[in-house]
Order: sequence, then structure tokens, then C-alpha cells
Amino acid sequence: MAVTGAKVFSLLKTNYKPLTAATSRYASLWSNVEMGPPDAILGVTEAFKKDTNPNKINLGVGAYRDDNNKPFVLPSVRKAEAIMTSKALDKEYAPISGSAEFCHAAISLAFGEGSSVLQEGRNATVQGISGTGSLRIGSAFLAKFFPIKTVWFPSPTWGNHVPIFKHVGMEVKQYRYYDPKTCGFDFNGAMEDFKNMPDGSLVLLHACAHNPTGVDPNPEQWQAMSDLLKSKKALPFFDMAYQGFASGSVDKDAFAVRKFLDDGHNILLAQSFAKNMGLYGERAGAFTVVCSDKDGAARVMSQIKILIRPLYSNPPINGARIVSTILSDAALRSEWLTDVKGMADRIISMRTQLRANLEKEGSTRNWSHITDQIGMFCFTGMTPAQVEKLTKEFSVYLTKDGRISMAGITSANVAYLAKGMHAVTK
Amino acid sequence: MAGRFSEVSQAAAIEVFAVVKAFNDDAHEKKVNLSIGAYRTDDSKPWVLPVVRETETAMAADTSLNHEYLPILGLESFSTAATKMVLGENSAVLKEGRATGIQTLSGTGALRVAADTLKHVLKYNSFYFSNPTWGNHKMIFEHAGFTETHQYRYWDAANRGLDINGMLEDLNAASANSVIILHACAHNPTGVDPTQEQWKQIADVIEAKSLFPIFDTAYQGFASGDLDKDAWAVRYFADRGFELMVTQSFAKNFGLYNERVGNLAVVVKDASVIPALRSQVTLLVRGSYSNPPNHGARVVSTVLNNPKLFEEWRTCIRTMSSRIQEMRAGLRERLEKLGTPGLWDHITSQIGMFSYSGLSAGQVKFIAEKYHIYMLSSGRINICGLTTKNIDYVAEAINDAVLNGPK
Repeated sequence: MAVTGAKVFSLLKTNYKPLTAATSRYASLWSNVEMGPPDAILGVTEAFKKDTNPNKINLGVGAYRDDNNKPFVLPSVRKAEAIMTSKALDKEYAPISGSAEFCHAAISLAFGEGSSVLQEGRNATVQGISGTGSLRIGSAFLAKFFPIKTVWFPSPTWGNHVPIFKHVGMEVKQYRYYDPKTCGFDFNGAMEDFKNMPDGSLVLLHACAHNPTGVDPNPEQWQAMSDLLKSKKALPFFDMAYQGFASGSVDKDAFAVRKFLDDGHNILLAQSFAKNMGLYGERAGAFTVVCSDKDGAARVMSQIKILIRPLYSNPPINGARIVSTILSDAALRSEWLTDVKGMADRIISMRTQLRANLEKEGSTRNWSHITDQIGMFCFTGMTPAQVEKLTKEFSVYLTKDGRISMAGITSANVAYLAKGMHAVTK
Repeated sequence: MAGRFSEVSQAAAIEVFAVVKAFNDDAHEKKVNLSIGAYRTDDSKPWVLPVVRETETAMAADTSLNHEYLPILGLESFSTAATKMVLGENSAVLKEGRATGIQTLSGTGALRVAADTLKHVLKYNSFYFSNPTWGNHKMIFEHAGFTETHQYRYWDAANRGLDINGMLEDLNAASANSVIILHACAHNPTGVDPTQEQWKQIADVIEAKSLFPIFDTAYQGFASGDLDKDAWAVRYFADRGFELMVTQSFAKNFGLYNERVGNLAVVVKDASVIPALRSQVTLLVRGSYSNPPNHGARVVSTVLNNPKLFEEWRTCIRTMSSRIQEMRAGLRERLEKLGTPGLWDHITSQIGMFSYSGLSAGQVKFIAEKYHIYMLSSGRINICGLTTKNIDYVAEAINDAVLNGPK
């Protein structure tokens, strides 16, 4: 390991420390532990914080902000919390699989109330620690019970997908997804890669609002993908972190998931309520395996519990209670749908305004992908060099891959952002 | 059509949940649940601590609070307070900056992060747990990838106490860098803790053999009612210069079972290793659950960092621990009065929520069937399940089982 300034300093510190019983015998067991790689997104935020430019913009944040750039607690969430407080609920351990009420509400939201899978009791659904935790349970389950220890991700995918699956010893492969030439979906590339996959492969799909690109297949493309993956006997694992948050409609955003169910796929599903209910830190999520029958679902459920117990025994209840309070009360649910549409609409409006402002600046580039893409993130198509320039000269902070978080854009800063983006790309 | 997971077999039920289910399904009016590990009031009800309700009400009214992500390693004000609570505010370790705290998913989550870290960062592979121990210890470490699983002798059935010689012998035979899971206080399931003198002997062996101690601390304050007393062993080891880990649960002492509030405190010899250590734990946590839940940690942090609320909380833990001590005394008294064969002083010499009654699996079954009183087949009883209303009935059942039940 290279001897950096920091290391020399720490060695000096050690040498000058008076010998005590603690340091006299041997060096720390942890002395040879290397510093882990810095988190790219955290780095963006850290640099943003240090910048004194009053016009600075942080486009790295993966959490919704209102038009004043503030965190947003949904009104329906506040109402649900008031109801919960008045009920004076207990703090007893939840079952290993979490709150049954929450699990039912969550999977009904995803699959639709009338889903035959739910009526037949073919789903094994457990509460998970938000989306990450749900993926983690899923990957552990697959590592144990799925014959092929390989998972296929879209290229690119959410950065954390890789360590989650690698942690359980699975091999990670990628199928073509994002086309940098069009800033859109490489449908032909994806279909070809699906065709060439071994039969029975495990394929991870982003249900809506692909992270990080914002590029989603259209309904016809989803149908074609479903048909092809069915013929390949592939196992689809959907990651749905933005239901409702993407288009403003929970049903529209669940289109792909429900299509695959209708087409007879027995899917896996990870859900997160971090964004669509603004419950980020409460860690509300769910993991589901769709089985052939009720008996199979019961057996799978028993095995999933075996994986959860040595991870954290049983899940945190607060976020799950908020979710089920909202979803089980017609008025609150309706209010929530309005809240989530409000968030989606603001994002869509920022997309529209950013594109319009770029055109107003006189940019001759094709920026249609800004409004074609959907959800929290947008792959702008800017190069690392352009990104660096945008940061240095305009104090606009984003990741090197040109990804911007639409949540960081407000009506107050969108014109300035367009000015900067035009300046570095003309 | 057979599904791809049609070969998945039904997993064995975890005993404590199966027993609770049996209790819940039982309609008998005098049924008693002595199996699960949660506090109950004298009315057999769960108890949300008044100071917790008060704090939650204030939090709900505080519009400056939101639900944003916590840092990956958790709420710093919580971890700092939790680490200080177990090491003591006068700890030299704290003064020298040689401890770091990481918020986790209660005690289980802390143990899992600890196991993952010891396995993947330090490459340890051997671990020891007491015989008996909490059912989940073995699974946690094995799922984290440890392959050398060992037990050290602990429970002395004949004397219903600690088999200190067996324990020291087994630890003395351990290979260097073996991870030793110790219960800081209120051993689960036996309720038997080493004396201070015995802790010193244990420390001597652990030091001599270069073993790595990890203290499972699920009952600080809850055991004796005194936070400092219950942390004595941890502080002794820390002050003696050991590098160690402490896994803390706030499930019992704060009654926050389902909010999953825990802390992993790591004590090191050299403060400069802490940033690299934290960065590696960050990677493990990110790939597991990204960041911990906000609510429960915020409640605990608010209480621990506010002197008035902290005192209120100390009153709550004294309430819980003294009710338990009363029930222990009451059960022993009744068994001795009934003349139940055998020695029963272990019921009051043991500490914490649990007691290893000494009843056999057959006697446990006898009691469940005849009296509808539920305990684990190991004979473990949750003292919190006893109340002034059912204690006579339970004593009668135990007496009957010992006299007339199977051996």
C-alpha cells in the first residue's frame, strides 16, 4: 500500500504516543485494513457543500426536493402519522416476514387489487429494508435456490445492484440497454442479448423510471421483451422503486410488472416506498416471489424467513405502518395518489422547462431525451469533460456519467442550469 | 405446471415462534406464555415506556423533522450516545478516541454486521458461542461465512450455575483469532452471569490465546436496573486494553422491539484505524440494506441526549427490572413453600428476563398440555410472563411436573 501523507502522519502519531498497556503489546488488529473506495455520489455532495457560489446547484441528490429545494414530507404521510400516534400502537416484535397488513397492501398496489396471483395466494411476500433490503433478501434466496448463479443487469444499472448480488456470490453480467447515440433504449441490443442468453437465465429489469438513465421501454417493447423472455424460460426479477413517482399514475408505472404476470411469468419483485411515499429513512419495502401455487408460496415463505432471521430477525415497523395506514384508508390513499402525482408532475415540468430553456439559449443539440426520459434521473449525454466544465465554471454538481437528478432542479434555477449546459455543449 | 421453485422444501419452524403460535391458538382461560423474550406488565400487557410515548408525540409535532435517508452508518448522535452508554463517560477509550459506533438493525443486525466485518475484513473464520446460547448466534455467524463453529461449555446443569472450569478449558483450546461471543449481562437463555472474579479469569485466557471478544449486550440496564453495573464486564475488558466489539440492542431496555434499534461499538487500540474500518463497514452495509431506519434511533438519541428524559428512562428500566426481580423471588418462595424437590435458589441468583428452570423437555410438554403454560423445550422461561395473578398457578404446575411428570 502506497505510503501517503495521511499514512505517514498516522505512523508519526503512533510513534509519539506514550506507551500504555493498550499500545505496548501489538499493533491494532485493524492496522492493515485499507480505506474503501470513496462513494462517487457522496463525493459530489461533499464538493457541493464546500462551494461558496450562491448559484450552485446539486444535481447528485437521489431524493425528491420541492420547488424550494427542500425535503418534502408528504401531507398524506403526516396525516397517517397523526393517526398512528392517536392509536398508541405497541412496539412488539413484528413477524419475521413483517407486518402482514403492509405486505398485502404493498403487493396489491404493485399487482393491482384484482390480480389473480393474489386471489390464488400464489405470492410469497415479505417486508424488506426498503428496496436495497428487498433485493438483498432476493439475492440471498436466489443464491440458495436458483440453479444458475448468474444475474443479468441492464447496462448501465443502479450502482448498488452489483455489490448486493456479488455479496452472495453471484456472477454479474450485463445486457445492452442504454444507447448513448440516441440517449434512448437500445431495444434491438437488449432483445439480441436476451436471445443469446442461456435458457432459464435470471434477468433483472427496472419496472419503470430506469436508474440511472430515465430511459424506459414503451408498452410494445415491453410486450416483445415479455414474449422473448418467456420463450427463453427466463426468470424476471423486477426492481420497482418508483411506482407512481415516474408518471404520476401507480397503474401506468406498474404496466410492465402486470403485463409479465398476465403473460404467465412467475416473477420476483423488489418494491421501495422511499421515493413514492417520501419514506426514505424509514426503510419500507417488500420482496415477493410469485409461485405456481399456494403450497409453493408457503414453502418459499418458510425459506425466506430462514434468510431474514440471521440478517436482522424482523423488520422495522414504523415505515411499514405509515404505508399500510395510507393504503388501507380510501381517503388517505386518494390523498396520497394526489401527493405522488404532484411530485411526478413537478419533475415532468422541470424536464419540460429545462428542454425549453436549452432551446431558448439557442442550443442546436437534440435534447428530446430530457422529456422522453422519465423519473428522478436524466442521462443528459454530456461527456465527463463537459461535466467537469459545468462544475468548475457554473458550480453545477453531477456525476461524471452526465446523470442529473431532476429533483435538484427548481423553477428558480432551471434557466441558469440551461445556460450552463448550453455553454459547455455548444 | 411445476414452478421453478417447486423443489423448495418447507423449512423447519423456529421454536420460539412455533411456541408463541401454539399459545395464541390456545383458548384456555388460564393459559400463560413464558416463551417469548419481551417484557410484560403485571397485567400481562406489552409496555410502551412513557418516556418513549412522550418523545414520539414531540417528534410527531416537530415539523422540522423529516424522513430523509440517514447516513449509511446511521444517526451519529444516536451512535455516539449509545457507545458512551456502554463504555461509560469516564472511559479512557472514549477520551482517546479509540471507539466508534455504527447504528444497526437492533442487536441481530449489530451481530450480523460484526460477523460480516470480522469475516470479510479481518478474514476470521472461527467462532465460539456458549452452550447454551441465544438460538440465532450460530446462524448469524454461519450465514456471514464462518465455517469453524465451536461451543464453549457454560451451563452447569447439576449445579444450575456457570461451568467456569469447562468454559476456561474450552477457550484455552481455541485457535488464535477465534471470535468469542460473550453475553455482557443477563445471559440468554440461562440468566447465569460470571462473577467479576470469573470475568477476570475469562479475560486472562482470551488475552493469552489472542482471541477476539464480542459482547452481546441486549440487556444493559434491564438486568439489574443499573446501567453501569450491567456494563461492568464490557468496561473491564475495554479498560484492560482489549480490542473488542459490543453489539447493543435497545429492544428490551427501551421497549422498542419492532423499531430495530441497535449499535455496534468497536473498540480499537489505535484511533487512526477507525476511518478505514468505517469505510469497509460502509461497503458491507451499503450492499445489505443501504442505511438504517430512522425512527427508533431518533427516539433513543433524543432520550439519551436529554438529561430530563434520560432520568425518566432510568426510572422506567428500574420499574422493569424490579418487577422481574419480584417475580423471581415470588416463584422461588412458592416452590420452596410447596416443597418442590430440587434446589430453586438459581431462580433468584440468575438475572434478567430469562431463567433456565432446569425442567426437562418432557416436563415442559407435560406443563403445556395439562396447564396450558408455554415455555421453550430447553426449560427456558421468560420471567416477564409471570404476574401476581398467575404466579401461584405456574408454581403449582412446576411442582406437579417435577413430582408427577416425566423425568
